[in-house]
Amino acid sequence: MAAAQRLVLRVNGAVSTVQVDPATPLIYVLRNNMGLTGSKLGCALDQCGACRVLVDGAPAYSCTLAVAKAAASSVVTVEGLADGAALSALQQAFITHRAAQCGYCTAGMLISATALLRDTPNPSAAEVRAALQPHLCRCGAHPRIERAVLAAAQARS
Amino acid sequence: MTGSPSLSEAPQVDQWLQVLADGTLRVLSGKVEIGQHIGHALSLIVADELDLPLHRVQLLPADTACSPDEGYTSGSNSLQHSGTALRLAAATARRILVQRAAASFGVAEHDVVCADGMLRNTWGNQAINFAEAMAGRGFEAPVAIDAITKRADELHHVGAPAPASALAGIVTGAAEFVHDLSWANMLHARVVRPPHYHARLMNAPHRVQAAEQSFDVIRDGSFIAIAGAPEFDVVRAAERLERQVEWADGPGLNTGDVFEQLRTGPRQSRSVVAGTPVEGEVTPHPPWPHDAAQVLAARFERSYQMHASIGPSAAAALFDGGKLTLWSATQGIFPLRGALARTLALDPADVRVIHVPGAGCYGHNGADDAALDAALVARACAGRHVLLKWTRAQEHTWEPYAPCMAVGLQAALDETGQIIGWRHDGYSDTHLARPRSGPDQAGPSRLLAARHIENAAPLFRPVPSMARHAGIHRNADPLYIFEQRSIAKHLVGGLPLRTSAMRTLGAFANVFAIESFIDELAAVAGADPLAYRLRHLRDERAGTVLRRVAAAARWPGRALAAGEALGLGLAQYKNAQAYAAVCARLRVDDAAVVHLEHLYIAADAGRVVDPDGLAAQLEGGAVQGASWALFEAVEYGARGISSVDWEGYRIARFEDLPPLTTELINRPGEPPLGAGEASSGPAGAAIANAIARACGVRPRRMPFTPYNLRLSAMRD
Repeated sequence: MAAAQRLVLRVNGAVSTVQVDPATPLIYVLRNNMGLTGSKLGCALDQCGACRVLVDGAPAYSCTLAVAKAAASSVVTVEGLADGAALSALQQAFITHRAAQCGYCTAGMLISATALLRDTPNPSAAEVRAALQPHLCRCGAHPRIERAVLAAAQARS
Repeated sequence: MTGSPSLSEAPQVDQWLQVLADGTLRVLSGKVEIGQHIGHALSLIVADELDLPLHRVQLLPADTACSPDEGYTSGSNSLQHSGTALRLAAATARRILVQRAAASFGVAEHDVVCADGMLRNTWGNQAINFAEAMAGRGFEAPVAIDAITKRADELHHVGAPAPASALAGIVTGAAEFVHDLSWANMLHARVVRPPHYHARLMNAPHRVQAAEQSFDVIRDGSFIAIAGAPEFDVVRAAERLERQVEWADGPGLNTGDVFEQLRTGPRQSRSVVAGTPVEGEVTPHPPWPHDAAQVLAARFERSYQMHASIGPSAAAALFDGGKLTLWSATQGIFPLRGALARTLALDPADVRVIHVPGAGCYGHNGADDAALDAALVARACAGRHVLLKWTRAQEHTWEPYAPCMAVGLQAALDETGQIIGWRHDGYSDTHLARPRSGPDQAGPSRLLAARHIENAAPLFRPVPSMARHAGIHRNADPLYIFEQRSIAKHLVGGLPLRTSAMRTLGAFANVFAIESFIDELAAVAGADPLAYRLRHLRDERAGTVLRRVAAAARWPGRALAAGEALGLGLAQYKNAQAYAAVCARLRVDDAAVVHLEHLYIAADAGRVVDPDGLAAQLEGGAVQGASWALFEAVEYGARGISSVDWEGYRIARFEDLPPLTTELINRPGEPPLGAGEASSGPAGAAIANAIARACGVRPRRMPFTPYNLRLSAMRD
């Protein structure tokens, strides 16, 4: 196993340096080294989506992605979705439609939905469900999450 | 307004409400936030009684150091317990504030107006805030059970839409979960579990090497753990340790047909009358009424299912100077404190439990067990904060599951098809294994690691709960009117898996069974299932939710295609809380795969406190019920649980779920009724009934997978 190395990361637009074992999955670095605890560890198996972040714009499972592989990339976490104090249309829609109960899965859902709305500004309900299919929610907020994503698409157009 | 059991534990206003120096009102509740946003509903109630702006109400997290002891946050009781207590406490507080302001102004009480967080003298321009009226004192008075509370038409916050603040922290990532806690020099910890319940540790190394670090193995009997930093090194050290330890396997798990064992295993049986078990030997079912024209029987089964929280259980602990502080997502801070103190031989006064939200738990999952794990590690690392998390596989394999259940039903119909006799036999392992719940109040035996440590707690042997609508017999008593009914519950022993409370307890299997059987009887009587239910109901509120849901779904669905159908389900949770009716529309394809098309919900939860919150709870309950009904079963073999991840234990995903329509029937003159569990049973039942109507196969075993549906078809 390799020793800790100096890695430069670009997360939510800011550049920072961390001293970590390059094999460490990105989520531990985000949460423990950078204090960005919004991304959640759910399975460490790429099965639930709670850990998802954007890596160069694409949703990625930060629970298995080695931090070294993200070092040359731009990473966006749930903490980077708002523009300062101004929530994104998607975040606002999640609040308006009460699209979360416990909130543990929400960060990952917001990440995948953000990528969806960027690529497909006016998705159908089926496209929303397909984009969120990798994500598990146990509180049963699915219908509200779907509604919130569709409403955010409307609000942006 | 009636009282609340919470008030007998905490009778003083000062135990519920404290005025801070800036006039903010601090609210203390022993109920905890488990994703139901109870804090929001409680804040609305207090704000209304005291005419305070919502932002001046500050609800503290539950903490054994300052909160009233309200037992568990479970069973959809929070609004009735904490809500009622707080409403009365706030009404009492209002009266005291007005009295003190009147004395300070030198006027009569009726000359003081309490509005917008201020107390004003109607004779002049004098106005003081709550802190000025309190003048540094407490309320110093008991909560008046007969305090005059606001009328429904005087409530401004209750019933109004929720403000944005409740979810803001969640969508920005700022909301703090127990997993997110952090202190300087904190140790991360992982436990290594045996391969199954009966294995015992034979050999473990004293140290384990990982990522160029050497970690001490923390050991107490068969409990082993690793603590250190950074977190990923601890993860790798625990994985390495897991490969190095040797376990004595013992006999392994009992893999006999569990449904057969439910029928034949050793049991403790009780008759249940009007929802309440009767002490002593179970009474045999009475003979059928003389005018019985025919007698029918059916049996329904539910597999072991899991809470399946998205976040693995976690807890933080600090052991310092002989005192333990524990941060946990437990549903009961005081019962957990008691059980931890007993297990660790500490004075309960030296144990403090602070609630921090976790991922949704839906009942007794691993949260309490993780608390003991963290405490054991913290005791071995005194003076350092420890944050311990379970792995996904540990969450799946060690949480206490919802017990598998069997329900045998029999009914006698008269010549007109009316049900005149009804027999119900419910068979299950315990639903009540939370620390200190149930008649024996056992604490340590209910905590996982307490069975693994050297000084192991004795094996927990459940006894039948005698409480109204408790575990196995929850919702075993239908709302329908029968000339004769006889209900028995059977607590069966010797079953293979660890079980405890999962959302709705026995109600899910009971409602599935009862509502399925009602549809079968309707068919025998040649009646429409909706009309047949209505002719057996006297309860107008039950009839109303049924009619409303049927209208919303366009019952009986004559326009539907072949293979498509509607199905109904109805229950009043615990025969005392919210009424919910669900209508499912679905299609069954040639491969016996069920495709949900729409779920309609109609509910009556009395006076609606937070309408969108209520709808969200009902929808969440129906979606979870649909997932249980269609997909979920814990798989296991002699060497342990094989449902170790989300591929081995499937829950509903987005593409499995249909649109939902929810209708709320507001009853402003009635007390609010808990609704967090009301819709699940009716949803499962509605799906079962729709499947039977769509394809002619009556689902007998849950989940309604193609395999189980074929099994049901062969058995009938």
